[in-house]
Amino acid sequence: MQNDLTLESWGRFPAALHSGEIVPRSIDEVRNSMRSVDASLLPRGMGRSYGDSCLNDGGYLLSTKRLDKFMHFAPDTGVLRCESGVTLDEILRVFVPQGWFLPVTPGTKYVTIGGAIANDIHGKNHHREGTFSNHVIRFELERSDGTRFLCSRDENRDWFRATVGGIGLTGVILWAELKLRPIAGPYIEMESIKFDSLDEFFQISHSSGGLFEYTVSWLDCLSSNDVRGLFMRGNHIDKEEKAELKITHKTSQWKTFPCDAPSYLLSTPSIKLFNFIYYNKQLNKIKKSIVHYDPFFYPLDSINHWNRMYGKSGFLQWQCAVPVNDNYEAIRLILRKIHKSGLGSFLVVFKEFGNHPSEGMLSFPMSGITLAMDFPNREKKIFSFLDRLDEVVVDVRGRIYPAKDARMSRNTFRASFPSVNEFTSYIDPKFSSSFYRRVGG
Amino acid sequence: MLKPSKMLVFGATSAIAYETIKLFAKDGTSFYLCSRKEDELKRLADDLIVRGAKEVRFATFNALDVNSVTEAVNDCLIKFPDLDGLFIAHGFLPDQKVCETSIDSMRQVIDINFTSAATILTIVANYFEKRGTGTIIAVSSPGGDRGRQSNYVYGSAKGALTVFLSGLRQRLSRAGVSVITIKPGFVDTPMTVDFKKGILFVGPEVIARGIYKAVLKGKSEVYLPAYWRFIMMIIKHVPEMIFKKIKL
Repeated sequence: MQNDLTLESWGRFPAALHSGEIVPRSIDEVRNSMRSVDASLLPRGMGRSYGDSCLNDGGYLLSTKRLDKFMHFAPDTGVLRCESGVTLDEILRVFVPQGWFLPVTPGTKYVTIGGAIANDIHGKNHHREGTFSNHVIRFELERSDGTRFLCSRDENRDWFRATVGGIGLTGVILWAELKLRPIAGPYIEMESIKFDSLDEFFQISHSSGGLFEYTVSWLDCLSSNDVRGLFMRGNHIDKEEKAELKITHKTSQWKTFPCDAPSYLLSTPSIKLFNFIYYNKQLNKIKKSIVHYDPFFYPLDSINHWNRMYGKSGFLQWQCAVPVNDNYEAIRLILRKIHKSGLGSFLVVFKEFGNHPSEGMLSFPMSGITLAMDFPNREKKIFSFLDRLDEVVVDVRGRIYPAKDARMSRNTFRASFPSVNEFTSYIDPKFSSSFYRRVGG
Repeated sequence: MLKPSKMLVFGATSAIAYETIKLFAKDGTSFYLCSRKEDELKRLADDLIVRGAKEVRFATFNALDVNSVTEAVNDCLIKFPDLDGLFIAHGFLPDQKVCETSIDSMRQVIDINFTSAATILTIVANYFEKRGTGTIIAVSSPGGDRGRQSNYVYGSAKGALTVFLSGLRQRLSRAGVSVITIKPGFVDTPMTVDFKKGILFVGPEVIARGIYKAVLKGKSEVYLPAYWRFIMMIIKHVPEMIFKKIKL
């Protein structure tokens, strides 16, 4: 056991001092690992959550990094069983060359299966495929008292619903079974379309949903009163010959952000400049290309430690989901507020979620629009500004995403997740997290 | 150089071995895995099958018991008569201080790191020589290049292994059998969990990629990462007069 570790999450805010990290070397060791500590515990995979949901200040972390083995694969159905510490990266490395892909993937491949379930993550194909857990067939959960639950939609369904999106609080996920999807090759046929108003965004989004499996947009909300941006949509190529390239796992890991950036790097003028260049790098209205899945899904993964870009004090991510039954008024209001604040955000990501119901009690995705952005953690006013955005979201019964949060209030959390009362009874008495003590507890 | 299609692996559950055989598994290699950890072997076998291994068999062995070593090798040769790869990756890094006073501990270190490996090598080398083909990969250590006060018991066992492999390479080269000595520097594995990790530490996957490449290129002796060859060249050339006065 490693003692006294200060760890940050991916957003580098806040930092937490842990009593130690325990690393069971196999599924069978998890039981004794849980018994060996006398303070609160939290399972941890890659620690890629942005805020404090992967931290347990004063307590212990139970790392799943050694639960990293595949258990079984059925090539006739695409069903893969693996231990919970297996990463999406490892699955892609092994299975893309065999013609399989993840059913749902987030914007980084450096997350574990356990983390993907515990945060019920989503991706660019939410409008077609729902969340990650929608493709999880079953998993096994172990509680600190040694009981194990095999959880699926037929068996221990309540434990399934509590653990999906349950941010690691219901026990340790030991292994899981999920269904991969067949692909003809590692390439994505994509289009990038410029838009310069929100109405145009919705128009493109609605006409793309049926034709494209993957859609996502990048927004610039500093430029003018309305927004502009790039709408990216894509499909797996259906025939390998199209790309005239053979299937290989191309790893594009080649850069490391070398040190903490100075604070002026991400000032409002520099973000404006970046946005201008990014928007105008494409001259035509529509650009079509065939790209490897790596830059399409994981552009930031190619830079190790890109989070250092925000300097030592880190950054705050804010991601909301709002329903759209109000003629998009809430989302318009949020964008107006951001524009007016002048607080720049580099990466504003915008996407229309589909109607696929999320299954977890605390699952984040809901039918509507999701908006994600990040702000350097430099000025106090960011916090009060985000509180005001939260109010807009809560007013229309929207949600704030726990996996990215380091600052939402108790009330915002409760309003975001009305099932939290039901969820509470499934929390393992020995488990806790900095996040949950802050918003739930 | 041909990649082995059927490989016997000792110390299969070690971090370096696992990362390495993962790379061979995707090429459809078959494995006979040996380790002292029985539960781990089953788990590893399932994992390798998913990764593309054609067939995986396994057996436990105890490096201190010569009979269990020879039994494992002989059973493997029955199961895989066309065996064409041997990978020796088991080893034990002791507390040097304990070995300075305990004869038993000192002998154990030599038996695990050298005697058991030499036993395996003797049987398999003869087998490969007769068949006129095969690749032998063994994990030795730069620590075997020169005895140092902080680690000379382990170092001497690994040094003996290096010399053994060198002789074997010369003998078998005529038979078309290649012998590859791997000398990894500081690797971040369970073996070194108590070490303070400096800048020279690398992950086991880095070593694994180096081993895989060494096999493809038919190398003889590789330091991993390569800069260890340079570091050891300096250490080897310090005159004994000076060397005995420094603490290394």
